[in-house]
Amino acid sequence: MKRLVDLSMYILALLWVVPLAWLVVTAFQPKELATSLSPHFVFTLDNFRDAWEAAPFVTYYINTFIIVFGILAVQLVTATLAAYAFARLNFWGRDIIFILFLLQIMIPADILIFPNYNILRDLGILDTKLGIMIPYFATAFGIFLLRQTFKTIPFELDEAARLDGCNLLQIIWNVYVPLAKPTFIAFGLVSVSHHWSNFLWPLIVTNSVDNRPLTVGLSIFAKSFETGAQWGQVTAATFMVIFPLILAFFIFQKQFISSFMQSGIK
Amino acid sequence: MRKKWRSNQLKVNIYAWLLLLPSFIFLFLFTYLPIFQTLSLSFYRADLSIAEPIFTGLENFRLLMEDKVFWKVMTNNAIFALGTIPLSVGIGLIMALMVNRAIRGIGWVRTFFFYPVVIPMIAIANIWLFIYTPSYGLINQVLGFLQLPDINWLGSTSTVMIAMIIMVVWKEAGFFMIFYLAGLQNISKELSESAKIDGASSLMIFRKITFPLLMPTTLFVLIIAVTNSFKLVDHLVIMTQGGPNNASNLLLYYIYETAFSYWDQGYAATLTVVLLVMMLVFAVWQFFGLDRKIHYS
Repeated sequence: MKRLVDLSMYILALLWVVPLAWLVVTAFQPKELATSLSPHFVFTLDNFRDAWEAAPFVTYYINTFIIVFGILAVQLVTATLAAYAFARLNFWGRDIIFILFLLQIMIPADILIFPNYNILRDLGILDTKLGIMIPYFATAFGIFLLRQTFKTIPFELDEAARLDGCNLLQIIWNVYVPLAKPTFIAFGLVSVSHHWSNFLWPLIVTNSVDNRPLTVGLSIFAKSFETGAQWGQVTAATFMVIFPLILAFFIFQKQFISSFMQSGIK
Repeated sequence: MRKKWRSNQLKVNIYAWLLLLPSFIFLFLFTYLPIFQTLSLSFYRADLSIAEPIFTGLENFRLLMEDKVFWKVMTNNAIFALGTIPLSVGIGLIMALMVNRAIRGIGWVRTFFFYPVVIPMIAIANIWLFIYTPSYGLINQVLGFLQLPDINWLGSTSTVMIAMIIMVVWKEAGFFMIFYLAGLQNISKELSESAKIDGASSLMIFRKITFPLLMPTTLFVLIIAVTNSFKLVDHLVIMTQGGPNNASNLLLYYIYETAFSYWDQGYAATLTVVLLVMMLVFAVWQFFGLDRKIHYS
């Protein structure tokens, strides 16, 4: 029985890794061999060179970096402030406002693509990086996560800092932020990987190469070859897009998995 | 004394509102405002043929009822949800049970199960496009090797949905595994060990102890899975554009087409209202029914 479980587990794991393995093999193989399953394997970087020359991937990379870390930076500020208010201040209408905030988890910006496009147009920030980022500046998910953590921090620390003459922002910065570091890391990893992957919204908002992130660039690149003749290049481009994520995932594997875990147990 | 308390209370309120303000501005602009704008626009005719929107009352909703594509898309969404949710959650649970043991190489197995979660959907669509390609694709090469006939997975109305479901299950199972792993680690070992001493089989322990104790996790995972089944449409842009003949079209993609290919704003708003209402009903149901036990403990 135990053997059987082990065996089926390894088979399942093997099955799960096939798409990635196939991507890697195709990306590093010469074009002529791309569609054959035959065992011989010739290593080449030609596909990467061709893909790199055919599309402005450097710009795409830079854009993705700006967008992803821009969103995260603003989110950390807005979420920390709001989370403190919900965790520690007893203000009028707190519960109702909290529910109103949580609405964003159930109705995320991802499904409001059409009305949000109109709002962006009214604000005059279509086809800008700011336009891609701005709907995600407030994060109910982050507020929720941080609020849970802040609630576990002893209130005495808060009072001690107050007696030392700290004002509200200093208390948050000196007491709460350092103690909530694991939650910040968890939220950061989830947020970055989520927005790195975002596609439909930037596709709608952007019109120019200057503002396109990697995902949109990749789709345009892939669509420019309708036939299977350029598999090598498309797989190489796909590999370039996912490589930083996969690399980060393999390096920070433990944090990644525990972050996703932590973000689930609320 | 009372006066001091009052002024203190006022101060706390002002502080709280100032702290909430940054989040509130963005939530207002990109969550509350769009919801209201969509609701109001759904009562107007606003497409490329007219200069200014015209109030038409419930006309858009009447059109919706008669729109064959709309009903096709709703059916597809239901099939997509019923196909992906039980499978990905079930496989996620099995994965968690498998890797929740201390044996050699388990870290790698866990990694292999989880890595699809961090890959963008659009990259996944690219990879699987080549897996499903007729004659040269990975699956069809394997079928050919086994002397089986070639299947045009994405090109035929009968297989395209199955192809989508398999791909999404592959992406999501590892995500749900993580939550089950967390759930499993919260269950004390003593329970199952004492049951084992009493002679219970592994299957029995799972059915009578482990699975019931994982119920909160299962509910939480189901909520994510249902929401995702409405949000996941990125792959359609690359793989099928909703085709062939709308066989793989989903509601959010139909909204995207209506708004940004046909530029029919009134109708896109109406479709968004349908999606919103479904999400809201689901949210209210989980908040007042299901969710009490899990979220706010």
